[in-house]
Amino acid sequence: MTDSSRQLAEQLQQRFGESLQAIVDSVGEVTVEMVPDSLLEVATALRDEPDFSFEILIDVCGVDYANYGRDEWVTEESTTSGFSRGVEAATAGRLTAVTEDLVVEKPRQSKRFAAVYQLLSISNNRRLRLKVFAPDDDLPVVPSVIAVWNSADWYEREAFDLYGILFDGHPDLRRLLTDYGFVGHPFRKDFPLSGNVEVIYDAEKKRVVYQPVSIEPRVLVPKVIRSGTVDAVDLTQLAEETEAAETGEEAQ
Amino acid sequence: MPEIRNFTLNFGPQHPAAHGVQVDEGVDRPLLTDAQSFRGLHQTLAIEKLLGVEAPIRAQYIRVMFDEITRILNHLLWLGAHGLDIGAMTVFLYAFREREDLMDLYEAVSGTRMHATYYRPGGVYRDLPDRMPQYEASRWHSQKEVDGKNEHRQGSMLDFIEAFTDRFPGCVDEYETLLTDNRIWKQRTVGIGVVTPERAMQLGFSGPMLRGSGIEWDLRKKQPYEVYDRLQFDIPVGVTGDCYDRYLVRIEEMRQSNRIIRQCVDWLRNNPGAVMLDDAKLVPPRREEMKADMEALIHHFKLFTEGYTVPAGEAYAAVEHPKGEFGVYLVSDGANKPYRLKVRAPGYAHLSAMDEMVRGHMLADVVAIIGTQDIVFGEIDR
Repeated sequence: MTDSSRQLAEQLQQRFGESLQAIVDSVGEVTVEMVPDSLLEVATALRDEPDFSFEILIDVCGVDYANYGRDEWVTEESTTSGFSRGVEAATAGRLTAVTEDLVVEKPRQSKRFAAVYQLLSISNNRRLRLKVFAPDDDLPVVPSVIAVWNSADWYEREAFDLYGILFDGHPDLRRLLTDYGFVGHPFRKDFPLSGNVEVIYDAEKKRVVYQPVSIEPRVLVPKVIRSGTVDAVDLTQLAEETEAAETGEEAQ
Repeated sequence: MPEIRNFTLNFGPQHPAAHGVQVDEGVDRPLLTDAQSFRGLHQTLAIEKLLGVEAPIRAQYIRVMFDEITRILNHLLWLGAHGLDIGAMTVFLYAFREREDLMDLYEAVSGTRMHATYYRPGGVYRDLPDRMPQYEASRWHSQKEVDGKNEHRQGSMLDFIEAFTDRFPGCVDEYETLLTDNRIWKQRTVGIGVVTPERAMQLGFSGPMLRGSGIEWDLRKKQPYEVYDRLQFDIPVGVTGDCYDRYLVRIEEMRQSNRIIRQCVDWLRNNPGAVMLDDAKLVPPRREEMKADMEALIHHFKLFTEGYTVPAGEAYAAVEHPKGEFGVYLVSDGANKPYRLKVRAPGYAHLSAMDEMVRGHMLADVVAIIGTQDIVFGEIDR
């Protein structure tokens, strides 16, 4: 936390208080979380009001929180057969090349997909990060900010291509980086690292064809979370609290 | 009245002036990669930010010096290729002559000419060598020829860099005599691809593309990282926002980079010291320690089988890359691998604006506009 980041956080709290879910000030950077419904209104104000004037949208990217805080290597306790070797695919999609059999466990965070926006203000010389979680994990939709910042065009197409996040209001939401006819969204945590299909030259047909992948992926360095770096319990509590808050709201 | 018809053209990827992009029906499908960028610093900075560590001051000077060397490398490649694209052959050969010297610097510190993993979280891999590698005579290169090449390589690496900074402004003058007042060059670039400052910001431009439109913005000055706040240099800014202005901006940036390198050389000569943090949990031990010390061996084993864990959280670190703002957004869940790492490359925003920049221009100007954007496809399809 620095003076300038604290000042920005306070300004945001004053101006938008109601429409923001959270304001996080960490390592000198301010992150604002909000619901998709308030995104366009807040974004326009952030661009136009002289207190903020974030003229440039630096980046938009998707994040899939499905495996957040979940490791694949038990290092704290041993069994009769010794310590965990860390080769089990605890995080979905690591070792299997067939997506249909995979079931993504309920993420510890309450929502799975988020769109993250990096803003830059040239006149005030500071940065801000917006984070919007899509309400529905099966059909993640957030509004497109292309009308506020034109540079969002390709960034939103990339996030759609890689994560399947739909940007409502984007005039031309096509795939950008993957091949013609590509199936799936490769940066999702349940998409296998090896992909589903590979391209080979078929000598009989005398042309290039697709076939299911033949390589067997393996984990070389398993993912491990050392105690003291992240508190896994906290995350679960966080998810429960959010859920509780949501059900509370519904009850009202 | 002449009949006007619209055509759909496939431009690239085979045509060399397309630099490996295929433009069809307004869909840009980057297919090939063609040059180097300096990956490394922004990623290292993001990790250091989350870990809350700072590299030793000497390492920061070395990083800044190599950043500026890379800026010159980048601008030379851009100048040569841009010239080649729109009809100036000689400047390519001149630019690559100087690039060789700079590539040798990379090879001398890291063993590889490109994609050197020289920057590490916590500093740089090792200090600058005391002796500059020299050419050797062979069946194809006589002793006399080799002696000429080794003229500046008799001393340390800093001596070699200093000699380079002495002669490089003269080299830039040479490029300018070829291009700056050249009638054909001006016909191809003046008034082509004009971007207003307002549109430049809307389209997410950064680096020379933003400065060419007259916006004074450079992260090295405005949000200084490493030791840029201790160095003297100026930021060139364009006026009209056309290809010619962006050319002038980049030429001046090479001169300014040369100035920065010179200041780093002077500082590095007088201030020996550590180039890597002394933190066994982050930095691998030296080989000799590892062979005598059990602790060091364990640390080595843990670092190379598991790595180190970065505290949970997220950070965005950006540097002023030669092409614009190069940023890394890093999300960590406390594991030994980044949970999400997004590379924000400047060329991506620039290429997405190409549609708007080429509207109303002739087909041949597409080549000039791709050139002026300084696109490298490795950063588009990452």
